[in-house]
Amino acid sequence: MHLFSILISQIINGLQSGAIYALVALGYSMVYGIILLLNFAHGDIIMVGAYAVWFSMAHLGLHPIPSMLLAVAASTLLGVLIEKLAYTPLRSAPRLSLLITAIGVSFLLENSFQLIFGAGAQTVPNLISGPSLQVGSVTVSFSAMLTILVSVICMAGLTFLVQKTKLGKAMRAVSENMSAAQLMGISLNRTISFTFAMGSALAGVGSVLYLCTYGQASPTMGSMLGLKAFVAAVLGGIGSLPGAMIGGFAIGLTEALVSAAGLSVWKDGAVFAILIVVLLVKPTGLLGKPMVEKV
Amino acid sequence: MKMKKIIALALSCALTVGLLAGCGGDKKPESGSNEIVIGLLANTTGGAAVYGISVRNGAMLYIDELNAKGGINGKTVKVIEYDDKGEATEAINAYSRLVSDGITAVIGSVLTGPTIAVADETFEGNMPQITASATAAGVTRLDPGNSNEIRSNVFRACFIDPFQGEKMAQYAAEKLKAKTAAVIYETGSDYSEGLMEAFVAKCAQEGITVTNTEAYATGDKAFQAQLTNIAASQPDVIFCPNYYEDDGLIVTQARQVGVTGTFLGGDGWAGVKDYASAADLEGSVYCSGYGSGANPEFEAAYEAKYGEPITGMFEPLGYDAAMLLCAAIAEAEKQGLEAGSDAYKQAIIDAMKATNGLEGLTGTFAFDQYNDPIKSASMMKLEGGAEVFTELF
Repeated sequence: MHLFSILISQIINGLQSGAIYALVALGYSMVYGIILLLNFAHGDIIMVGAYAVWFSMAHLGLHPIPSMLLAVAASTLLGVLIEKLAYTPLRSAPRLSLLITAIGVSFLLENSFQLIFGAGAQTVPNLISGPSLQVGSVTVSFSAMLTILVSVICMAGLTFLVQKTKLGKAMRAVSENMSAAQLMGISLNRTISFTFAMGSALAGVGSVLYLCTYGQASPTMGSMLGLKAFVAAVLGGIGSLPGAMIGGFAIGLTEALVSAAGLSVWKDGAVFAILIVVLLVKPTGLLGKPMVEKV
Repeated sequence: MKMKKIIALALSCALTVGLLAGCGGDKKPESGSNEIVIGLLANTTGGAAVYGISVRNGAMLYIDELNAKGGINGKTVKVIEYDDKGEATEAINAYSRLVSDGITAVIGSVLTGPTIAVADETFEGNMPQITASATAAGVTRLDPGNSNEIRSNVFRACFIDPFQGEKMAQYAAEKLKAKTAAVIYETGSDYSEGLMEAFVAKCAQEGITVTNTEAYATGDKAFQAQLTNIAASQPDVIFCPNYYEDDGLIVTQARQVGVTGTFLGGDGWAGVKDYASAADLEGSVYCSGYGSGANPEFEAAYEAKYGEPITGMFEPLGYDAAMLLCAAIAEAEKQGLEAGSDAYKQAIIDAMKATNGLEGLTGTFAFDQYNDPIKSASMMKLEGGAEVFTELF
């Protein structure tokens, strides 16, 4: 194969994994934008989504399509539930308490799934299959096309929702100034719950796309995925939605190219090196707004 | 008064005689008797007991069959077994007890740690020892990595890890007529790296060009980048010496990025059928210590005796270890030596070392210069979503 077509293939690989990072990073960014919380349990919502697909296919005997819808619904519900049970009671507490709670929720989810379903991976082979695309000597797998396409549609939908609808306006208002928004008659609880629901739904979509490619769900799958999506969100500028998308794709591409160069062992290192460099050089990320601490 | 003294004297005499008689009864098995006494060490309780029980049951099945057929040279093989709990200190204690029980050879232990601990002891006493399952180089070698000195009295029935890499390279060259190969392995895993190095070295001898040697880190789920590199050179075979979860992911993603070659693997592949689709796996081959279904007769006999089916390769390896040892004992018997004597033990060791072409359940046995078996491996092929035993290679 020609060097050029290898490069194209590797870029497609990067876009494929980047699309999933971007979907997860959006959830991080949305939640951070609205209540300044780094929701470290977000990665585990993907895990729960993936188990929902596996469970409904393997145990309830459902067709893949309803299983996927069920997974997105389960993720959404779980996100809202976590927000109601764990974060709402702490809304006026110091931000550090919230952060620690988020880490606690993450551990709780991972370990309870390990307890219930065992530590080994559950497989969902052939969730969706279709013809792969052959362009010259470049093979684009069906799952790669599907992943990139679906995530771009989701991102477009989200952008429309945030920019053009009333709920989106409310979200932006709350993220700008919570108390002022409340004074204007915006329901804080509803808006925050809606934000969590949106972010978790995207994570649910991410889990389905993840399964299309990797076909395995394991209790700890969300932790590394979540951390990398977090790096993507920071790279793009946490709180910024277009930033999260760009960050996600950038992380995916970095991983693919580092691996392709034969340095696959350094793949994780490269991603976290990006985090360090961003925090040192431009802590607000590519598209983040510099924030002034109010006294 | 005098009478009392006499009675006391008589009584104490009787007691003393009784004590002496007690001593006399605790004799070692007599030479020339109708028994050959061997020891069996296995961890039948504790964490990895499932292996210990399997090896023990396999070995006992062979011994019972042998005794039912008349034993060795008309003598019954008597097995004294102790549980070493998988611990080195327990194993050494158990071995000391076996020595005072008067054994002439020992089968065991099962796990690497206790096996090496016991091997140190048996080496000093030149006691013939065979382990069914300990794979570490240090079992038969005194100082692996630094010298080629071996414990001349210690043998094993299982093949060591790198051996599988060599086997698969040979298989690729001879059976699949492969000209090019690629490897994708996990860095930091002794198992994976050991197999990879052996495979690459053997490929050079067999005239197979290794086009790509791709690595990944523990815990990775995405392999497309490495596999795209492999797809670019489209090798005939891809050697994937990892464990089944990773193997399943790798095969699935390899097919997605257009890798068409045949996948080869080691015994870590066992169970892979549940981790990738039947279509993606079709035609892949891995080697194993024993392929289920390779010997239905043995499997039926095992189930009849123990009420449950074999779990994998440990039962047949236990069976083969007992078989190898008994074959060597038969040689020593032929020489008319006295069971338990040093000459007898040396004769067993010499006979074991000279093993050539002995047919076992897990292959045809001979031993190399390190007392590791040179034997065939069971080739398992993925056919229609099942792992099917095809041949001994």
